[in-house]
Amino acid sequence: MKQKKWIPNVIILVLVLALYILLSVLISANIINPYYSGILTMVCINVILAVSLNLATGFLGQLVLGHAGFMSVGAYSAALFTMYSGLPTVVSFPLALLVGGIVAAAFGVIIGVPALRLKGDYLAILTLGFGEIIRVLILAMPFTGGAAGLSGIPLLTTFTYVFIIAIITVAVIFAFIHSRHGRAVIAIREDEIAAEAAGIHTTYYKLLAFVLAAFFAGIAGGLYAHHIGVLDPSKFDFNYSVEILIMVVLGGMGSITGSIVAAIVLTLLPELLRGFSEYRMLIYSVILICVMLFKPSGLLGQHELSLTKILNKFRGKKAETKKEA
Amino acid sequence: MAVLEAKNLGIAFGGLRALQDVQFSIGEKEIIGLIGPNGAGKTTVFNLLTDVYVPTEGTITLENQNIVGKKTYQITQGGISRTFQNIRLFKDISVIDNVKIAMNFQMKYSVLSGIFRLPAYRREEERVDKRAHELLQVFNLDEKSEDLAKNLPYGQQRKLEIARALATNPKVLLLDEPAAGMNPTETKELMETIRLIRDRFGIAILLIEHDMNFVMGICERIYVLDYGKVIAEGNPEEIRNNPRVITAYLGGE
Repeated sequence: MKQKKWIPNVIILVLVLALYILLSVLISANIINPYYSGILTMVCINVILAVSLNLATGFLGQLVLGHAGFMSVGAYSAALFTMYSGLPTVVSFPLALLVGGIVAAAFGVIIGVPALRLKGDYLAILTLGFGEIIRVLILAMPFTGGAAGLSGIPLLTTFTYVFIIAIITVAVIFAFIHSRHGRAVIAIREDEIAAEAAGIHTTYYKLLAFVLAAFFAGIAGGLYAHHIGVLDPSKFDFNYSVEILIMVVLGGMGSITGSIVAAIVLTLLPELLRGFSEYRMLIYSVILICVMLFKPSGLLGQHELSLTKILNKFRGKKAETKKEA
Repeated sequence: MAVLEAKNLGIAFGGLRALQDVQFSIGEKEIIGLIGPNGAGKTTVFNLLTDVYVPTEGTITLENQNIVGKKTYQITQGGISRTFQNIRLFKDISVIDNVKIAMNFQMKYSVLSGIFRLPAYRREEERVDKRAHELLQVFNLDEKSEDLAKNLPYGQQRKLEIARALATNPKVLLLDEPAAGMNPTETKELMETIRLIRDRFGIAILLIEHDMNFVMGICERIYVLDYGKVIAEGNPEEIRNNPRVITAYLGGE
């Protein structure tokens, strides 16, 4: 009955590789022009942001409205690192991304320790406040370029970089969720009191998930900084945090594949609708409203698009995990 | 020897003394009942034992170790496990994962081994998977291991909650109204299950219950609480004939 477990994994790996080769060939042959490859880069960055936010909001169950704040911290630290470290770019760029992630994670700890005592609306407002404080601080600091922005960041983000890091992010968060630590995080979402009574150190796991989410947001920030070349604090405002949250909600809280699909769709949609200029935001909003009306749990709910299930269906077998009624 | 012992236990909420001078001790493999009229403070006793509230006076010792001031999860890891009056399962995840979550602290692999799927991850996951299935078999829940917890019928949800509590390898199991909402057949089945748990796992059980047939039928000793005080202690026969208990339940002149 059970097929070999590694077969779907190998198929996924092959598919991802094929997609990568296809897209890179199209880019290098200039069939995908720089404008569209720029959009592809933003798709990957948004995938990283949505999947990492889903860890905090979908799996841990904490409403976080400051994800763009963590992203901006990562963006500025990574940019400053490549600009001033003096290392050759081959070394400095990966290091800069790591620095961006670590600094964002450090901010995650600083915010998380007091914030995670709160729940629901209160946590949302606190993280919202954090995002705004970060923005104002960046405006005030001497080394960030203030309102004029930080310019002259080397354009090091290539499609290969952003694609690989997006894949790694998804793989890491997927593996985390399907380990004992991920189960503990989900238990907190389901019932914090019962989780504590089951021997789960809830404070530790809340902080762990929150910091992990901040880490990947920081990396996404680093990629963004080296993609655009200019950083301006107004980009990382409240609206961007909400935009990422919409991706998570639309895709389904607690579904990694849902976040990926939603991040792709919601990044491409405004671009595809450019022809309709003034109706663009109207159509975008109507689509959001429709999804929330007809599928309030998001496109995929808590389910994952699973190759194993599809393969099982294909072979006419009953899917191993029954879908909820 | 007492596994769990409380001395002079008391708690006040503002001016209200919900419990005072509560003493009890539970020996190895004993099944003890905690009864009393509504509002007597039974669930509060459980909440003190598991650090939901911190007692304002008195001590609680588990195998001669003081546990007052320890966090809930530390108490669970130390060997006191509980169920709740209104079932608290992890509803939207599978039955087997409900049990595995309670085994989390007994698994030894780091976050990184989990992410990179190192040998420690596979070894520990396999071990726990086997144990979780064994535990579900005890409660005849194994064939539903992949169902979502919320889709189980009520009686099985109660059983799953007990299975989850046992997954933490407790020395003492606290059951808060395990027979609530059960019909007589289910109640009888539950009595057998509880005896089976005691014999198979060799643990002590302290239970709160309103169903007198259930309490009298299964408990070896009973403590009666009224207005936050222990008013009687003894075997079912003694409790049944105790005038103070009768007054507490039926009222006196």
